[in-house]
Amino acid sequence: MSSSAQEIENLIGHKYKEGFVTELEVDTFPPGLDEQVIAKLSAIKGEPEFMLEYRLKAFRHWQTMKEPNWAQLNIEPIDYQAISYYSAPKKDSDKPQSLDEIDPELLETYKKLGIPLDEQERLAGVAVDAVFDSVSVATTFKGKLKDAGVIFCPISEALQEYPELVRQYLGTVVPSGDNFFAALNAAVFTDGSFVYIPKGVRCPMELSTYFRINAANTGQFERTLIIADEGSHVSYLEGCTAPMRDENQLHAAVVELILMDDAEIKYSTVQNWYPGDENGVGGIYNFVTKRAECRGANSKVSWTQVETGSAITWKYPSCVLLGDNSVGEFYSVAVTNNMQQADTGTKMIHIGKNTRSTIISKGISAGRSQNTYRGLVKVGKGATNARNYTQCDSLLVGDQCGAHTFPYVEVKQPSAQVEHEATTSKISEDQLFFCQQRGISAEDAVSMIVNGFCKSVFKELPMEFAVEAQALLGLSLEGSVG
Amino acid sequence: MLSIENLHVSVGDKPILKGLSLQIKAGEVHAIMGPNGAGKSTLSHVLSGKSGYTVTSGTVTYQGNNLLDLEPDERAREGVFLAFQYPVEIPGVSNIYLMKAALNAIRKHKGLAEVDAMDFLTLVKDKVKLLEMDESFLYRSVNEGFSGGEKKRNEILQAAILEPSLCILDETDSGLDIDALKVVAAGVDSLRAADRSFLMITHYQRLLDYIKPDIVHVLADGRIVKLGGPELALELEAKGYHWVEEQVA
Ligand SMILES: Nc1ncnc2c1ncn2[C@@H]1O[C@H](COP(=O)(O)OP(=O)(O)O)[C@@H](O)[C@H]1O
Ligand SMILES: [Mg+2]
Repeated sequence: MSSSAQEIENLIGHKYKEGFVTELEVDTFPPGLDEQVIAKLSAIKGEPEFMLEYRLKAFRHWQTMKEPNWAQLNIEPIDYQAISYYSAPKKDSDKPQSLDEIDPELLETYKKLGIPLDEQERLAGVAVDAVFDSVSVATTFKGKLKDAGVIFCPISEALQEYPELVRQYLGTVVPSGDNFFAALNAAVFTDGSFVYIPKGVRCPMELSTYFRINAANTGQFERTLIIADEGSHVSYLEGCTAPMRDENQLHAAVVELILMDDAEIKYSTVQNWYPGDENGVGGIYNFVTKRAECRGANSKVSWTQVETGSAITWKYPSCVLLGDNSVGEFYSVAVTNNMQQADTGTKMIHIGKNTRSTIISKGISAGRSQNTYRGLVKVGKGATNARNYTQCDSLLVGDQCGAHTFPYVEVKQPSAQVEHEATTSKISEDQLFFCQQRGISAEDAVSMIVNGFCKSVFKELPMEFAVEAQALLGLSLEGSVG
Repeated sequence: MLSIENLHVSVGDKPILKGLSLQIKAGEVHAIMGPNGAGKSTLSHVLSGKSGYTVTSGTVTYQGNNLLDLEPDERAREGVFLAFQYPVEIPGVSNIYLMKAALNAIRKHKGLAEVDAMDFLTLVKDKVKLLEMDESFLYRSVNEGFSGGEKKRNEILQAAILEPSLCILDETDSGLDIDALKVVAAGVDSLRAADRSFLMITHYQRLLDYIKPDIVHVLADGRIVKLGGPELALELEAKGYHWVEEQVA
């Protein structure tokens, strides 16, 4: 009967529905990392020579680097030699496969995850690239997109088919030595998506990549590169899940977005990696470098993220606003529960004139979790009339969790306007009782209040994802009231 | 409808209700008056199932069942409604969304289908008019930035939509100006029905000018110390609670 702080916390008890393992025949490298492993990886992927050089250079640099320790995170030491750097379902030939050649087990896996790889299915307006451990296993609607001039394929395929295009842009936004995890990624990345939208083209459908970790003791090193040429427009979605395991697994990704004049990219993420159990055993380490460069004038990029999973999240999708009048946006919902830790936020780097940025961050902390917003707004000397608006709200569920906010501001241009608002609130017993008194169950009440708190971010998500994101929050509240 | 027998309630070690008894029949309107701190809100909270109160003895029977066995949301779905003395704000959740979720929870409990979106809108707009509220209140967050009087109207709006069997009003008239009081009272009055009972907690006679109670109870120091017809309220207004307390002592 009582809805004490403890019970409010229980309402957020997470049930992880994607925690199953797919049994298949796989090719997996033995654990360990050295130059031979990298050479083997590059050879398996049939990469052009420059890629191997790129990887080896990154690897040599990485060996001189240290893991970042400035985040509000408590990370168990990672043994990089204990990780396998490649694991992929066995297949008969090297050629890209058509859907009916794919292992039915894999198709079944994606079906279970609610990701249809059949082009006739429900999400007919969304093209999907399905990355399974270290490889892309299918990409849908490639033909239809090609007709529009859009390239959407696994990055490993792009390296074979469009090597010059990849070479021109890869690593130009996130250099291989940018940070420890980005350097590691540059050395060992396996797959991810490549997107090129030509001049003046509005991508005719939503593009999405679904990342699945399946194999044990492997790391997933995702690499995504999206180029929006002059006046083009694309909306890209990304989702991810992993099995429940007692060991932590590393997902170290690099995502680079490049925008030319008048281009627009909308990049949305629903991150649902396995978060570990209620005692903090297992779960994914999600260490990600995501950065967009608005090179052209009047270009616009927006990052929208809903982060509910992972044992530890270290992630700061950023915008470099080079072009005059360019716009960067960051909308984020980060939920932590049990022993999860998140240190996430954004960087808005204003370089061009009249550049504008908006940051809306909603952090929800429950259980004994720690949730940190870390953001930097930097206005360079030349960025006259730059404007930023930042709003950071934290919602606490229960009284054993932590919410922290670190907004950094560096302004070198006197005409800049930088605004920051922050609030911290709690789901109160009185709010829950009020809802219950109206007939609404405590679970539904928490879900309603949390969804209300996140509304301004959810409305930025494409429709299909908004529904999924809400369901995800709702799901994490399911079946937990005693 | 409701029968309270010799109810004793404590908060921590502190006894607050000390042997309260009260019977309400279907269709009746009962008023509870009494000095500050007498235990009026405590009674409303215990009836609606708020945590933090310990029932040390006594029984509460509602429509033939032990009310105290039910969770707060179950009581609400069974028709117990409390118009709060201090309605809470819920940022981000729109008023209309809350009301729809509440109505659907109640309908589901009764084995009815979810309310049709258009029908619901028609119903809500109708009730909004009845309470002379602006439609914009429907789309604002629950009680956020509402004035004291607007919050009280909003409570009655919810009662009008949820159609409870037992409607407990905790000082719904406090903080209302004369005009608002008239509107709210008219709203409450329109809810009167043969199968609906009211327990109205109030300090003032003025609400009872609009809604004539069948019985007036005086609650002092955790007990009903006096019981009478509507004229008792007038007498109290004239002589003050002190008068009753002295009589009882
Ligand atoms: N949570 C609580 N903790 C301690 N004392 C309480 C609590 N709630 C109510 N009381 C006390 O119980 C008594 C009755 O309170 P209440 O029911 O709110 O009175 P009324 O509504 O008649 O003014 C008061 O003395 C009040 O201070
Ligand atoms: Mg009171």
